[in-house]
Amino acid sequence: MSMTATTRKVEGVSIVDLSGRITIGEGTVVLKEAVRSLLNKREMNILLNLGDVSYIDSSGIGELVSSFTTAGKQGGKLKLLNLTKKVHDLLSITKLLTVFEVFDDEAKAIRSF
Amino acid sequence: MNNQDSVIELRIQSNLEYTDLVENITNNLTALAGCDSDQAYFIEMAVREIVVNAIRHGNQLDLDKVVRVHYRFNSERFEVGILDQGGGFDFDHLPDPCDPENLMKSSGRGIFLVRSFMDDFSLARLPNQGTEVKFAKKLSRPQGC
Repeated sequence: MSMTATTRKVEGVSIVDLSGRITIGEGTVVLKEAVRSLLNKREMNILLNLGDVSYIDSSGIGELVSSFTTAGKQGGKLKLLNLTKKVHDLLSITKLLTVFEVFDDEAKAIRSF
Repeated sequence: MNNQDSVIELRIQSNLEYTDLVENITNNLTALAGCDSDQAYFIEMAVREIVVNAIRHGNQLDLDKVVRVHYRFNSERFEVGILDQGGGFDFDHLPDPCDPENLMKSSGRGIFLVRSFMDDFSLARLPNQGTEVKFAKKLSRPQGC
């Protein structure tokens, strides 16, 4: 299953609805390009909606970290929304839940920026 | 699935495009072994991570080198061995991706994840061959089945 990224803007926050698998190759490239494209347009408040992400591998986790770091270096913020249990478990075991701000509620996530 | 071991072996060229193929075959085999959805997910993830490592880091994407994936399973246990033809690496000193100094690195989590989710895990350098990664998942059954 291929990966898609659709961006919408709500109250100054760019929400990227990701769907599919974030794995080495196409999945990580789609994520990387979506985030870089927003940063290039100076859209600095980014919320990645992972609710429809069925699978993420270590390269996908690496791209999340890389996107977070890139956004931070440019003065932006990148947060996560709607983790599935498996993605939550992967971020927990890799200690990345200590790095990312994670939300289950979109409105609450938007207010946090 | 009876308790006789089933054995399957694949040999693939060192091309990342074949990882989806290996993943699909792995999913078919975990279904055949009677794995539940969580077991199948973790085995699929582990195979994918190690095959990608073998192609990229072991065989350095050299299309003249192959990766061998060996499956052995029965109703109680699912074992996988993955052998590359690379020069090996210092697996006694793999950095801990959870260490604060490594936490923000964009790579280095694959083997850590496989170790975390499998019941057995080993790495070995086979003389004149390459690096072999072996791992296994116990397949617990509900009582009475």
